[in-house]
Formats: sequence, structure tokens, C-alpha cells
Amino acid sequence: MTLQQSRRLQSLLLGTLAWAIAIIIFFPIFWMVLTSFKTEIDAFATPPQLFFTPTLENYLHINERSDYFSFAWNSVVISFSATALCLLIAVPAAYSMAFYETQRTNGTLLWMLSTKMLPPVGVLMPIYLLAKSFGLLDTRIALIVIYTLINLPIVVWMVYTYFKDIPKDILEAARLDGATLAQEMLRVLLPIAKGGLASTVLLSLILCWNEAFWSLNLTSSKAAPLTALIASYSSPEGLFWAKLSAVSTLACAPILIFGWISQKQLVRGLSFGAVK
Amino acid sequence: MQPTAKALLALTCMTLSSVSLGAQTLTIATVNNSDMIRMQKLSKTFETEHPDIKLNWVVLEENVLRQRLTTDIATQGGQFDVLTIGMYEAALWGAKGWLEPMKDLPASYALDDVFPSVREGLSVKGSLYALPFYAESSITYYRTDLFKDAGLTMPERPTWEQIAGFAEKLTNKDKEQYGICLRGKAGWGENMALITTVANAYGARWFDEQWKPEFSGAEWKNALNFYVDTMKKSGPPGASSNGFNENLALFNSGKCAIWVDASVAGSFVTDKTQSKVADHVRFTYAPHQVTDKGSAWLYSWALAIPTSSKAKDAAKEFSAWATSKEYGELVAKTDGIANVPPGTRASTYSDAYMSAAPFAKVTLESLKAADPSKPTLKPVPYIGIQLVTIPEFQGIGTQVGKLFSAALIGQTTVDQALTAAQQTTEREMKRAGYPK
Repeated sequence: MTLQQSRRLQSLLLGTLAWAIAIIIFFPIFWMVLTSFKTEIDAFATPPQLFFTPTLENYLHINERSDYFSFAWNSVVISFSATALCLLIAVPAAYSMAFYETQRTNGTLLWMLSTKMLPPVGVLMPIYLLAKSFGLLDTRIALIVIYTLINLPIVVWMVYTYFKDIPKDILEAARLDGATLAQEMLRVLLPIAKGGLASTVLLSLILCWNEAFWSLNLTSSKAAPLTALIASYSSPEGLFWAKLSAVSTLACAPILIFGWISQKQLVRGLSFGAVK
Repeated sequence: MQPTAKALLALTCMTLSSVSLGAQTLTIATVNNSDMIRMQKLSKTFETEHPDIKLNWVVLEENVLRQRLTTDIATQGGQFDVLTIGMYEAALWGAKGWLEPMKDLPASYALDDVFPSVREGLSVKGSLYALPFYAESSITYYRTDLFKDAGLTMPERPTWEQIAGFAEKLTNKDKEQYGICLRGKAGWGENMALITTVANAYGARWFDEQWKPEFSGAEWKNALNFYVDTMKKSGPPGASSNGFNENLALFNSGKCAIWVDASVAGSFVTDKTQSKVADHVRFTYAPHQVTDKGSAWLYSWALAIPTSSKAKDAAKEFSAWATSKEYGELVAKTDGIANVPPGTRASTYSDAYMSAAPFAKVTLESLKAADPSKPTLKPVPYIGIQLVTIPEFQGIGTQVGKLFSAALIGQTTVDQALTAAQQTTEREMKRAGYPK
């Protein structure tokens, strides 16, 4: 076998492996969408059915029973607000840690990340009581604050990593040219770290969009997002898989579309870093 | 300001203040099942009749709902005005003073029409704390076509040993046909609901009169050996993962000959849009063995009002409407008489209902016979047939359920599971301060 043939074979094998992994990862989403077009009896059939007569009855049922757009709007407002607030805090924090590093920077970063290791249920009661005391139960503000706080460690870490890749000389050059701190941040730093920030924003949005524990515990009707809508279609008594798949498809669709549109920025940010 | 403008401003202020004073919003927390979803749909009638009351619905899965309501009611969060709860919560929360007593109901509500066993299950020391929406017992479902082909006849009141005998004869694992499907998924409301009724039928009890667990007794050993052996011989593979829904799916797809579970499944297994065997299903009583005491469970979903509600009168008005005879009549008119919420009122069981719902007679008799205050052959200090109405039961029941589930899949022996159950329960009860 020549070197060229060997490389071609290696490339073919790698390609096949990548496709196999992609199919395995995508399969649950494919099956969820497929099940959403089945009747309940088809959804429970053994062996599972790949070919069946599709129906829209599950989507019609959801439309009749639930106000999908109200839940979706809550998800949009909560996710985007929490992400914006998170960035507002994380960018200055990451800036100071990346460009004015002290002996405690690494320790502070690790401590921030360690807060993610606390199981949320461990702080359910104090947070619930705080929300009750401030009159924030079933409000979007409560979820925005909680999501900002729980995503902050990851967002700070990501932004810090991207900022660390930017040579300090670029910022010093801007300063020598007379740039103020705000100009340095807005005109030099943020445009360079654009790719990294875009992927951070998308990750934060996905984390906020998918969060279920706090949304189920702190909201009831007015501020409930799509995760609460999904939970309302699960049942221990009665067949519900098809309806649950339909509502899950509807809940995933907006964020999937958003991810699809911004995938170029996401891939660039995740695989190449800010200025690599 | 011009007089006309002043008059308009005054009128606007008066209208706004009357709206804000008059209009009340009720937040109702409920579970996702067909009866509750129907109630949500038909509640538009209530809103039309009561223009001053607006309804907000929060529908959740049963376990999520239970956790959510517990958090809210224990902290007096006041997020909900009407709660959908079971008998277990009604008794515990009523005793703690977290629920409003259901007093001064209108005469038209006809409380005497509600079955005494259901009423008592939702009461504490004579005070009713929740209005029953529907109630269920456990019954036996079986396939007439398979019984006929095998030349077998199901007795009206079978014993567990008879059921096991039929199941063995009707099992053909090569054809994926299993003689019996029973719950195996671990949980106090899952496998333990079923296993406790099997144990009751074998004369066992959870605790003696001094609150000492009795898993080391011969009755529990006989019951658990029977359950594990029968499921190994005639049950489906992976039974330790099967709860109500999984068994319903197996039965509806024609893979089970016998299924013992909640009577609420009657409407599912006879529904041709859900079941492939709808024409071949019959119903009989839950099996007994050395006794029929506690061999069929009793459970009810009911509407209750937390003391933290800010709209108690409106909440009571809605709860009374949704559990009234009139609501049953409305369901019969809009969705058919077979869909009237079962098990709560004697008046539901009219001739028309009995002929429309073939499982109604067995369910009715099972509900009448169920007595949560005397659930076992020997006397017990607790109330509850398939559960023990103490706060510690959720934790203990689930732990014991895991041990029994492990015995079902052969990870441990029945003796080991019972010994561990005895030790766990003794430890937890001691920690909780029993005997009190």
C-alpha cells in the first residue's frame, strides 16, 4: 500500500467514524421528531416502528391545550436577559483576571467553578424562601437572576480563556494611542474576541433555555418557560410519549434554529479560539 | 379640567377599582392525566358562569407536582389556590393545619353521595380537607381470547395462586407472550403499591401495633417469594423497569395475558385507539390469598385549598363545582358517560354508566370494600392500604422498593432483601422517633 493509499484509507475511516458518531448523537433528536408524528399506540409499539401513517394530532392537541407562545416568550426573555446580564458581569471580571493577573487569580477561578459542583437541590429551600420574601415567585426576574448566577462561572472561564489568547501588546498599543479603558474594551478587545464571545453567548443561551430544575420550582403559570411546558406533558398514568415528543420538538426548535444560524461563529469560537 | 373630562376620569377610576376588587385569579396545580385535562377543558363553563373568577392552570407530572406542592405548602409560598393531591397528602397536610377544612359546602353538593371510604380517606379527625375528583382501586385485567384458547376460566374472585397457575399456562416466551405483568419499578407509589397489596393478601402488615416492622415474618416471606417466582416464570423481561405505563403498553400491544393494576386503566385497555386487544379484555377483582383484606388498593385524586391561598372562597367554589354531580353530568353530555370521573359518588353508577363502562361494576365493588382504617388481617397502628400514612413512608417505601426490585432481577435473594428491608425500616423508624 502506497503512502497516498494509506492516507486515503485513514481519511475514509476517520470520515466513517465521524459520521457514525454524528448519527449516534443525532439519533435521539431524530427519533423524538419522528415519534411526534405518531399516534400513541404507534409510539409504544414493540418493535419500534420506522414506517407509519404520520399524524398531526399531537401538535393539534398541544395547540388546543397549551398557550405555547406564552411559554416560548418567557423562555426567550429569560434566556436572553440572563445571558446579557451574565456577559455584563463576566467581561469586566475576565478582563481584570486575564490582563491584571495576581497570585489569587487561579484560585479565584477554581473557586468560581467549584460552585457548579453544588447540587441545586441543596440550596432549593433558602433560594425558595428568598424568592418568596422578595415577592419574586413566578416572576421572570427570579429566573433571570438565578440563571445569571449559575452560568456566571462558566461564562467567566470561557471569556477569560479567549482574553488570555490576546497579546497584551495590542492593548498597550491602543493605550499608547490614547485609548481610554472603555475604548480599549469596546474598540479593540471585543472585536478581536468576537468569535469567542459569540460561542459563549450561544452556550449560555442553550444552558438557560434547557434549565429545568429552577424553572419548575420557582415558576407556576405567569413566568413558566418551555421546560415547564414539557414537564406538563409527562404522566405516570396513561400513554403520553407521542404528545411529549411533539411538545419537546416545539421546545427545541427555536434554539436549534438559532444554533443552526450561528453555527459558523460557534465553530470558529470553539475550535480556533479568539485570535489563533 | 372640563366637567365632561372629570366625569370620564371618575367613571374610569370607578370601573378600574370595581374590576380590581371583583376579579379574582385562581392558580390551580394539577396532574397530567386524561380526567384532569378534561377538567381543564370544561372549566371554561365555570368561568362563563363565574365571570369574576379567572383560572390559571399549572399542569405537572405527578412526582414533580408532589415535590412542587410540598415545597410551596411547607414554606407557605402561596403560589397556588387549588391543589390536586392524593389521600396520603390530604391526611398529613390536613393534620398539620396546612389545608383549609372543606366546611359549609352547599346542600346541592350532596356530600352524602360521596363514598364513605373516599370521604374518610380525605379526612382527619372527622374534618374533610379535600374534595374527591376521582378514586381508583386495583383490579385484574385478563385476555378472554387467550383464556378461551387455553381452555381456562377466570373465577370472579381469584386467588394469587390461581393467577400464577393461569399465568404459567399462558406464557409463551418464544412468541413474546407473557402470562402476567406486574409493577417492578422501584418506588413507594410504584412496585410497593402492588407488592403491599400482595403482602396484605398473604396476611402480612408493614408494622405491628408497636410500629415494629414485620419483614422478618413468614407472611412477607411467602408474599415476596410468590411475587418474585411468578414474575420470573411468567413475567416479561426487564420487569424491574416496568411501572403502570410500561405494563399498560405491554398489555395494549397484546403481550400480557393478565395484568393487576389501577382500575383507571379500564378506559385505556378498552379504547380501540390505544389498545390492540380492546375487544378481548375482561375485568375481575384483585386477587386475594389468605385474606381479602387490603388485597385491592384505594387511591383518590382530590382538590384541596392551602391555608396560604388569598382567594379561599373562590377556590372552594371552584373545587365544589369540579367535584359536583353537575360536573359529572357536564362530562357525560360533552365527552360521553363512560368518561365521568369514577369512584367518588354513588350517583355516578347509574345503569347507563354501568353499561357504558364494562369495568365499572368491579371498580365500584372494590372501592366499597376498601377500608384504609382496617387494611390488613392483623391489627395495625396506621391508615392506608397500599401505603402507610406517615411522613416517613415516602422515603422508607422507596428504599424497600429498591431492595425488592433488586430481588426481582436476582441481584439479591428474597431472604436478603427482606432482611435488609427490616434493618432499613427499623433504623428509619427509630430515627423518626417511633413508637410515639
